[in-house]
Amino acid sequence: MTYRILALLFTLFAFVAPSLAQDDPRELINALGEANFREAEQLIGQIAQTGDARVVPMLEAFAEGNLFVRKADGIVVTAKEEGRNLEAFDALTGESLGEGPKAAFTKIRVNNNLRRALRSALGGLTLLSPDRAVRLSAAQAVLQSPSPENLELVEAALAKETDAEVKTRMEQARAVSLLASDRSIDEKRAAIETVASLGGREAIGILMSASNSLDESLKPDLDTAIAQIESKLRLWDAAENVWYGISLGSVLLLAAIGLAITFGVMGVINMAHGEMVMIGAYSTFVVQQVIRTNYPGLFDWSLAIALPVAFLVTAVVGLVIERGVIRFLYGRPLETLLATWGVSLILQQSVRTIFGPTNQEVGNPSWMSGSFMLGGMTITWNRLWIVLFALTIFFALLALMKKSSFGLQMRAVTQNRRMASSMGIRTPWVDAFTFALGSGIAGIAGVALSQIDNVSPNLGQAYIIDSFMVVVFGGVGNLWGTLVGAMSLGILNKFLEPSVGAVLGKILVLVLIILFIQKRPRGLFALKGRAVEA
Amino acid sequence: MITGFILRALEGRIVIAVGILVAISLVVPALNLLLPSDHPFHVPTYVVSVMGKYLCYALLALALDLVWGYCGILSLGHGAFFALGGYAMGMYLMRQIGSRGVYGDPILPDFMVFLNWKELPWFWHGMDMFWFAMLMVLFVPGLLAFFFGWFAFRSRVNGVYLSIITQAMTYALMLAFFRNDMGFGGNNGLTDFKEIIGFNVQADGTRATLFALSALFLAVCLLIASGITRSKFGKVLVGVRDAESRVRFLGYRVENIKLFTFVVSAMMAGIAGALYVPQVGIINPGEFAPANSIEVVVWTAVGGRGTLIGPIIGAVLVNVGKSYFTGAFPELWLFALGGLFIFVTLFLPKGIVGTVQHYLARRKEFRDADGAEAEAGMTAKPQAAE
Repeated sequence: MTYRILALLFTLFAFVAPSLAQDDPRELINALGEANFREAEQLIGQIAQTGDARVVPMLEAFAEGNLFVRKADGIVVTAKEEGRNLEAFDALTGESLGEGPKAAFTKIRVNNNLRRALRSALGGLTLLSPDRAVRLSAAQAVLQSPSPENLELVEAALAKETDAEVKTRMEQARAVSLLASDRSIDEKRAAIETVASLGGREAIGILMSASNSLDESLKPDLDTAIAQIESKLRLWDAAENVWYGISLGSVLLLAAIGLAITFGVMGVINMAHGEMVMIGAYSTFVVQQVIRTNYPGLFDWSLAIALPVAFLVTAVVGLVIERGVIRFLYGRPLETLLATWGVSLILQQSVRTIFGPTNQEVGNPSWMSGSFMLGGMTITWNRLWIVLFALTIFFALLALMKKSSFGLQMRAVTQNRRMASSMGIRTPWVDAFTFALGSGIAGIAGVALSQIDNVSPNLGQAYIIDSFMVVVFGGVGNLWGTLVGAMSLGILNKFLEPSVGAVLGKILVLVLIILFIQKRPRGLFALKGRAVEA
Repeated sequence: MITGFILRALEGRIVIAVGILVAISLVVPALNLLLPSDHPFHVPTYVVSVMGKYLCYALLALALDLVWGYCGILSLGHGAFFALGGYAMGMYLMRQIGSRGVYGDPILPDFMVFLNWKELPWFWHGMDMFWFAMLMVLFVPGLLAFFFGWFAFRSRVNGVYLSIITQAMTYALMLAFFRNDMGFGGNNGLTDFKEIIGFNVQADGTRATLFALSALFLAVCLLIASGITRSKFGKVLVGVRDAESRVRFLGYRVENIKLFTFVVSAMMAGIAGALYVPQVGIINPGEFAPANSIEVVVWTAVGGRGTLIGPIIGAVLVNVGKSYFTGAFPELWLFALGGLFIFVTLFLPKGIVGTVQHYLARRKEFRDADGAEAEAGMTAKPQAAE
């Protein structure tokens, strides 16, 4: 109550004594030397009311605790420590007043109330700055520490403002300050709406804290505004979950899509698939090391360079595995499972021997770090790029399978090996290159995963079971099934997480898949017809 | 009926194997306990424990062979049944610690006191009684196998798909057991055991007894498995493995046959786990890791699947190799294991025992053929053997 009376007094004072104050706020500043905390708070308000831009540095110094009283004459100065001495400056003009021993000055202490008052005063003062960015941040400052004293400054600034964005922000700041003031109920009602348009938890906080001092008749408006914001927030939360789900789904898609080729198309259970992903990630690491030491300027391009490198490396490894092991085991899926598991152990141990068992540091290029806001959700650039990348790979692969002659041969060999062979397709060659393609795509996935996961010899192990789940869930031999499988598992995971926790969510997903396979043993999009039993 | 079952089980090779197992169950503990420690034939206690561990692995491999070698179910989740049996035993051993734990709580195990739990979760009740815990060793893996198999076999999930979902099952269990609030000690699992039915777990006598029990249980399970596979049921089982749909068309309920075998096998794995835990002194969620279950598959494959004795030999051989390599060349072990996987699948698809059997059968064939020819030349009797 006293606070409101005082606020009223200041406003009055500001009208009564502008001439005195506008000439020189020096008197007000010097009064700070003797003031207690509460008086200082009033004085700060008065100083701000002068609208004198020269007081800005002084107020800033005050907030940082660099305001002192010179004991000799009681003049308030800003000062900088110079060893045992202080160098004093004129509080308004910033002229140096010479050095003196510390003992000759008394520091003016600041508490949190004062800091808040200083912040809002500074916010008010800089609202008129010619710099757009300064005005914007000033409006933001007022918004965050509203005080009725600032209201008129804000309104004055608002009248002059031309920039649309700054104007909206200032209107919101005005509304927030207005709620704490003693304006008419209608104005406040409008202010509630303006604050509600701000959205987010912040607005709820402002409205909640305002609800105590507001008139009873405004309560329903307040409640509807809060309810409105909350329902909007829930929508954004759901949207955010969907986005996280899609981003997790793309990671799964990347890890699983190569498997969809080797397992789905060729019927080979490649337990070394995860290791292909790992080798892709290590290729990225090696490429980055080379670039770091030799061509540091190219660092932002490192991922683009790593992509073909990783593809080639893993494709060659895949080719060797196919020629060396798998070609003897066609038609015996359980045996390929065992043999490729052996391959995976060997690859893991090789990487461990070469690079060591610890995580390797893979850097993010500048265009992959940071984030931006989309409405009420934060989107990080690396996730966005991975989603786009996964979809690009998916459609490229789809096109390759459907449109190219290699894809045609691949599908022919899958459906009827002997007939394809009779038609003059070199089936061993197709097998080898299909496997190399699947492995190469796993390598590309490794490049992407190196950006969001630890690059360690165990990287592949972390994805192999999830990848199999995606392929089995989506339906073998169907790329669209893999896409739908990856996305639905990703989104399901993210929606389960908040309610049951990450680990339990994952367990639930696994259990659901096990149950789902009971219902549809061949996955969501099962192949139909004669090819099924083969 | 039971005598008939056992008599049929006692085929030549099985008799020898059971005889060897019974013999070592007597000889090794005797050499350990009776001889002075400087005697050349003295078996040190740590060797007894390590050998006991191998026998548990052998039992696990035998259990897998029953479903994989005879029924064609490649389970990549048998480690889960093993670990569940182990956890049941671990819970019993944990309750036996009583107030000797670090926090001295007479009822709650240390990790529960540490997590500020006030009372025992419901599934820990009764685990302080030995008979109940041993019942759980059989019951819990059996129940999981029953429900899992019920769903899987009824909807005809087969081959690779079955392998992958068994792997997912053990993976899900691993994630679950790593959680602290599951009530199984989370990351650290159950350890720091003191005594088992009143005997000190660390004592030489207890260790020798556990070893003997492992050998005997292995012998008993070998008899049971042999009885199953040599019965008429066993022939149907092999039929299911080789041509499932034909067996179904003959009127057999394939899913029930598979389910029975799967449950029996899971219980054997549970017993193996229960014998393993007191000898090793710890059970933790790492036992559920899919990699462990796949390793069991390689033991079975190395020894020879579908031979019953092969997996026992394979498990012991691979694990002796593992102990040697991880001691002498720790870097090389995964290379060796991986190479073994590839070598066996490519060059020894029948495993050691299967290949030897095949070789012996071929030689016998040749010799019989030669003998018959020689006989025919001598006496001019056109009578050839088979």
